[in-house]
Amino acid sequence: MLVRFNLNGEEIESEVRDDERALDFLRRIGMKSVKEGCGEGECGACTIIVNGRNVVSCLMLAPELDGTEVWTTEGLSFKNELDPIQKAFVDEGAIQCGFCTPGMVMSAKALLMKNPQPTVEEIKKGMEGNLCRCTGYFKIIEAVKKAADEN
Amino acid sequence: MGTFTKKRDYSVIGKEIPRVDSLVKVKGKAKFVADFDMKDMLYGALVLSKRARGRVKKIDVSKASSLKGVRAILTYEDIPGENQIGEVVNDMPCLVPVGEEVRYYGDVISLVAADSLEIAKEAVKLVKVEYEDLEPVLTIEKALKNEVKIHPSGNILTSKKIRKGNVEKGFFESDFVIEDDFYAHYQEQAYLEPQGILSLYDNNYGITIYGSMQCPYYVQEMVPKVLGMSMHSVRVIQAETGGAFGGKEDVPSYVASQCALLTYHTKKPVLLVYSREVDIQTTSKRHPIKSHYKLGVTEDGKIKAVEITAHMDMGAYATLSPIVMYRSLVHAAGAYDIENVKVDIDGVYTNKVPCGAFRGFGSPQVLFAMESIVDEAAEKLRMDPMDIRLKNALRIGSRTSTDQLLTESVGAVKTIEHAMEISNYAELKKEMAAFNLENKFKKRGIGVSHIIYGISLGAAGQHLDAAGSLVQVHRDGSVNIHIGNTEMGQGAKTVIAMIASEALGQSIEKIRVDNPDTSYVQDSGPTVASRATVFSGNAVKKACEKIKARMEEYFSKTRNVSVEEIVFKNGAIKTVDNKHKILFDSLANECYNSNTKMVERGWFVSPKLRWNSETGLGEAYITYAYATQVVVAEVDMLTGKSQVIEAYTSHDVGKKLNPVGLVGQVQGGFVQGMGYGLFEEIKTTDGRITTDNFNTYIIPTISDIPQKLKIDFVEDAYSQGPFGAKGIGEPSLMPVPASIANAISNAVRKRVKRIPATAEYVFNIIEEVIK
Repeated sequence: MLVRFNLNGEEIESEVRDDERALDFLRRIGMKSVKEGCGEGECGACTIIVNGRNVVSCLMLAPELDGTEVWTTEGLSFKNELDPIQKAFVDEGAIQCGFCTPGMVMSAKALLMKNPQPTVEEIKKGMEGNLCRCTGYFKIIEAVKKAADEN
Repeated sequence: MGTFTKKRDYSVIGKEIPRVDSLVKVKGKAKFVADFDMKDMLYGALVLSKRARGRVKKIDVSKASSLKGVRAILTYEDIPGENQIGEVVNDMPCLVPVGEEVRYYGDVISLVAADSLEIAKEAVKLVKVEYEDLEPVLTIEKALKNEVKIHPSGNILTSKKIRKGNVEKGFFESDFVIEDDFYAHYQEQAYLEPQGILSLYDNNYGITIYGSMQCPYYVQEMVPKVLGMSMHSVRVIQAETGGAFGGKEDVPSYVASQCALLTYHTKKPVLLVYSREVDIQTTSKRHPIKSHYKLGVTEDGKIKAVEITAHMDMGAYATLSPIVMYRSLVHAAGAYDIENVKVDIDGVYTNKVPCGAFRGFGSPQVLFAMESIVDEAAEKLRMDPMDIRLKNALRIGSRTSTDQLLTESVGAVKTIEHAMEISNYAELKKEMAAFNLENKFKKRGIGVSHIIYGISLGAAGQHLDAAGSLVQVHRDGSVNIHIGNTEMGQGAKTVIAMIASEALGQSIEKIRVDNPDTSYVQDSGPTVASRATVFSGNAVKKACEKIKARMEEYFSKTRNVSVEEIVFKNGAIKTVDNKHKILFDSLANECYNSNTKMVERGWFVSPKLRWNSETGLGEAYITYAYATQVVVAEVDMLTGKSQVIEAYTSHDVGKKLNPVGLVGQVQGGFVQGMGYGLFEEIKTTDGRITTDNFNTYIIPTISDIPQKLKIDFVEDAYSQGPFGAKGIGEPSLMPVPASIANAISNAVRKRVKRIPATAEYVFNIIEEVIK
């Protein structure tokens, strides 16, 4: 079927299969920041923002993208200018292997869009769906706090 | 730019520097192997054994072959080279032949390549395998009976021992002798990026492999064997690697062999990425280890003797087990100066998933046991756990459990002192007592652990313990660094760039550390054993110093100044009197114009170790890292569920090169160790792993971490390390399961003898107390 949606600020029109996962479709059209870590909605590596909410794209079908506004990490840094949340991840050393990073950044972004000044508990709640095996999360919390402070 | 002096004030080393690869990663542009798109690329999938043990009677691929879009279905008959493979022992078939046994649920029987992943998966379902059912061996106990032999040679592959002093005499001289049994379960590495390889074919050059891996040279050795090719026809390039933790040490060699076979037969690019389920079911884990400890102490807390027997569950194939066992052996008696030590460890085959490398390589299991029995001794003596550790700690002039004389860089005692200081230990004990008085159903405990960790591959791996580098300064001053060790998230590229920047005097922004490519640098051994900083670091430092010397010589001749007057720093070169100055980039250009050689190789070989494998005595590792940790755990007495409230940890790292990276390693290692200590549980049914994704194999989330983790570093320089550094990758995890187990034991007043100390396990030991 044909889906029309807004991807990273641009209108997109594309043919998708009915049973195609949003994850596979987005990767197929070049959004390689959307990673597959588990395929069951547990790890959060495929997190994207759909209509302002963080969503795991492995549990979403591509046809469901129709009519939505979607953001992936590719759309965050405009003309090489990092989004404040990306900058905070770099500055705070919240990145190690980098595989969870795009999904983590999208969850943080969605959190700050809803709640610009989250408490540590709210950060934990908002990021609970994103697994990281490298950092132990401490610096990720610091990064989200820093981005919030600069909001 | 700072002042220009000749003295040792480092401009990059020890400074807070952002990771060199953070920009590309935060933008989502880092290229992991699944992100490669090649023209005409095929997708690979595996046909796996559905039995823990059985004989393959027939493999019928006819239905699968006729599926549209299937390009190849391979069995053992399609292997042009050797089918029998293994990193240490050749006991594993690449593809299980008809007539042979499958030895675990997950043995690979056939390989499929198809136009899409969906078709490949469909074809896998259509391959029919007939088995003759055979009785599996699923426990260490059953394996030891040797009634059913998993391999023709029997179920104990190898045994290792230490014989230091005379334990009988030691126990005789002791006032108390304490004995106990311990069990440490599996742990899954759970790197976020699953195993993956892309292989390409070129008529002139052979096979090129890109992949997620720790050890490109292992891959470059195994793939040609399986394909019946020479090593010069297989080039291996590491792709961005999304976490590894040991799980990508030898496993990628198998994944690459499977993938390369499909490319060999189709002559097309093939991408083989494991699903999470296949990854967890088939790839190596941390070994389960059962151990019996017997410890003799005098009244005043001096450990006189320790006797240890341990059995490791290797699973169906040896993979890296014999060398993992070496590390278990050396670390079994912990971080103490003990006169009499006897250790016996056996590696035992079972019909389960093969176990292998995982951060710590066989040592967290035995360190947990040793730290537990030391705590039991302290309880018996009514001694504080810190005091007994301090009393027996290693110092300069001490001898380790393998009788290795320690002559430098022994920060052990300092880590104990620092851990007590940063945790405000005496006060913490009071706070906890007060908490426990006020709370009936929640109890808190303090746990302490003190560990040692051998840096380098050690005496058992000396033949691999060297590393190379290739450094090229270009005309514009930019620098390429090729090394043989890999970045997998731990920060190797950043620390290497820092070392190069310091050694060359070029600013770090101009330095690029490239992903390892087997065609540039000689086999540099594996990226394991917390060795990359010391080995590749030294190799890079040497190459950089050679180039810098040449640039100095040129500068000195052309400016008519002595070499002693020249200072290279942060991208500029000046004379001490400030008369002459030039940018590094401009000097590089001048050097080019005068035909100066601006490319160099570095090669670092570890100091040679003397080792006697008959007695298990000698120099086990080139040096050791030490750590001490204090953990406060809280136990829900009604459910047994435990959590870490706060933790304090002090690590002797020799010299802090990259403070941000060090803290990141310690934080990540802590949380990974905490998962092992508390709740990461591999469950099996009839030998099949049932916890094969993150909904059943639970790793720590952001909500599980302690409220506080205070980190301290002791800097007791190691003369052979670059700028004095030792490693940190693994030592970060080593004290954690032990300190958590001790904290829970302290909270519930009953000894935790098993990790992970799951809610179910802790609930059961609490119940025993009440009974």
